[in-house]
Amino acid sequence: MSQTLERPPEAAVPKRPARPSLLYRAFVRPETGSLVGAIAILIFFAAVAPPFRQLTSAATVLYASSTIGIMAIAVALLMIGGEFDLSAGVSVVTAALTASMLSYELSLNLWVGTLVALVVALAIGWVNGYLVVRTGIPSFLVTLGTFLMLQGLNLAVTKMITGTVATRNISDMDGYDSLRAVFASQFTIGGVAIRVTVLWWLLFVAVSSYVLLRTRIGNWILAVGGNADSARAVGVPVNKVKVGLFVTVGFLAWFTGMHLLYSFNTVQSGEGVGNEFRYIIAAVIGGALLTGGYGSTIGSAIGAFIFGMTTQGIVYAGWDPDWFKFFLGIMLLLATVTNLWVRRLATRRG
Amino acid sequence: MAAMVDMAVDAGVPLVEMVDVGKSYGVIQALRGVSLRVNAGEVTCVLGDNGAGKSTLIKIMSGLHQQSEGALRVDGEEVRFGSPREALDRGIATVYQDLAVVPLMEVWRNFFLGSEVRKRLWPFNPLDAEGMRRTARAELSKMGIELDDVNQPIGTLSGGQRQCVAIARAVYFGARVLILDEPTAALGVKQSGVVLRYIARARDAGLGVVLITHNPHHAYLVGDHFVVLKRGQMSLDGKRDEITLDELTQQMAGGDELEALTSELRRAQV
Repeated sequence: MSQTLERPPEAAVPKRPARPSLLYRAFVRPETGSLVGAIAILIFFAAVAPPFRQLTSAATVLYASSTIGIMAIAVALLMIGGEFDLSAGVSVVTAALTASMLSYELSLNLWVGTLVALVVALAIGWVNGYLVVRTGIPSFLVTLGTFLMLQGLNLAVTKMITGTVATRNISDMDGYDSLRAVFASQFTIGGVAIRVTVLWWLLFVAVSSYVLLRTRIGNWILAVGGNADSARAVGVPVNKVKVGLFVTVGFLAWFTGMHLLYSFNTVQSGEGVGNEFRYIIAAVIGGALLTGGYGSTIGSAIGAFIFGMTTQGIVYAGWDPDWFKFFLGIMLLLATVTNLWVRRLATRRG
Repeated sequence: MAAMVDMAVDAGVPLVEMVDVGKSYGVIQALRGVSLRVNAGEVTCVLGDNGAGKSTLIKIMSGLHQQSEGALRVDGEEVRFGSPREALDRGIATVYQDLAVVPLMEVWRNFFLGSEVRKRLWPFNPLDAEGMRRTARAELSKMGIELDDVNQPIGTLSGGQRQCVAIARAVYFGARVLILDEPTAALGVKQSGVVLRYIARARDAGLGVVLITHNPHHAYLVGDHFVVLKRGQMSLDGKRDEITLDELTQQMAGGDELEALTSELRRAQV
């Protein structure tokens, strides 16, 4: 040790032999526990459900995972930043309803409705964030409020405009084909049809993970969730970061809503309720800490993948789908305990 | 009074000066008539019991609160900080006892938090992680903190080490004035020694240090100037050569009140 000190500073910092092993460093990542769980579940269903082993099933599983996974990214980032969003499930439907009804009723190009829906979704996120940082009321309560408001609005406004609980079919309107290509198309690789949302999902996971781990914004997200007062004291714009995270939830809610709209062409106004918990569960299984400051978006993707495998696996195994919730509960508990244990090891005093 | 005049003569323009500063929260007057100078290369100790107004004082200096009366001057220029960022930009850094760091984040991320080094690379301007790791390791080892790994969460370090990382960070980012809020309060004797040694090093490097503490022994080890607060007002103000440790301890312990209490308790025991 004294030898290294005597050398000039440049020479004193080559890679140290004492650096912890790669295995250890992989072990303390937030998503490690969930990865082990995902492999276990993969092996389990591959063993008990023969259809699960086919390539087409893999595409189905990935598609089911992506519909949860895209939102789970934003929800995970928000949770790492120390906040919750219970309105995440219904705001997806709000975005879809806005785009659909606005375009249909005013006979606009669907691109116009889609862009207005984007503004609406971002505004919902901004309002959530603004209320949380301005009032200091826990986001759990603020977004419970917006959740109820949006749920009511979705149903009431749809009924008022269309007279039913669903929107009209938009598949013959201008702009439909191009929008469907963006949000809800599919393509074939080696005879297997893959939905475009899977690609979007992987892209969003890659970008968000890079942002979280390798950019200043990512550093700030971890800091405001880990200790907002410390972060503020060293000059991190805590409130802006939090509002930004809520707006990100709004953006991906819009994206998911557009997928919903352009793959089914009509939207049920009562949908979305309960999905907020799926997103949160995917994030938690993936290692996000409920109290903030810890987690990863790759973890949220693994959490969503576990979700997709379990929903489809139960079907392929020929079981009653009612078992799904039971499995989900077990996985959530196992994941939480594993993550707790991994984190204890990671932060144990050396 | 004579001491005040002397100081004005022997020192140049102080880094930070408070003149007759007061702060009230609604009807509650937390601070009244506090005057204080922070000179380069000196440690100014602010002592006081719980609720004496110490935290209000540092919050004004660090930009978390604004004074309701009196003047705050930096380099002789009157200022009013709207945020901690503004104070930081003027070279005033504050290290809080309980919120110095983000425990679950790595040492190097904590070191550079709020002042991250980035590469110019479209579109994300990513962090220069390798460079920051290298700098953090070098800066810490310069200050006598040897870590096995700057990638470990800072929560795995001891309390004293965490304080030192926070101080090293402030020094590295060009702090001229260092405000330390009870840096030794939660530490054992040995850990306190590490931090005090570190404070002395910062002082020798020419920084103005404001040390907030309720431990007169720690204050007397490093202090050049002492201010004791009592119920929001200054009850003692003097340089090191005008004051003894006994006087300081006496003032801090509550002085006459403590003597009365001592005799009262003694009688009760008999």
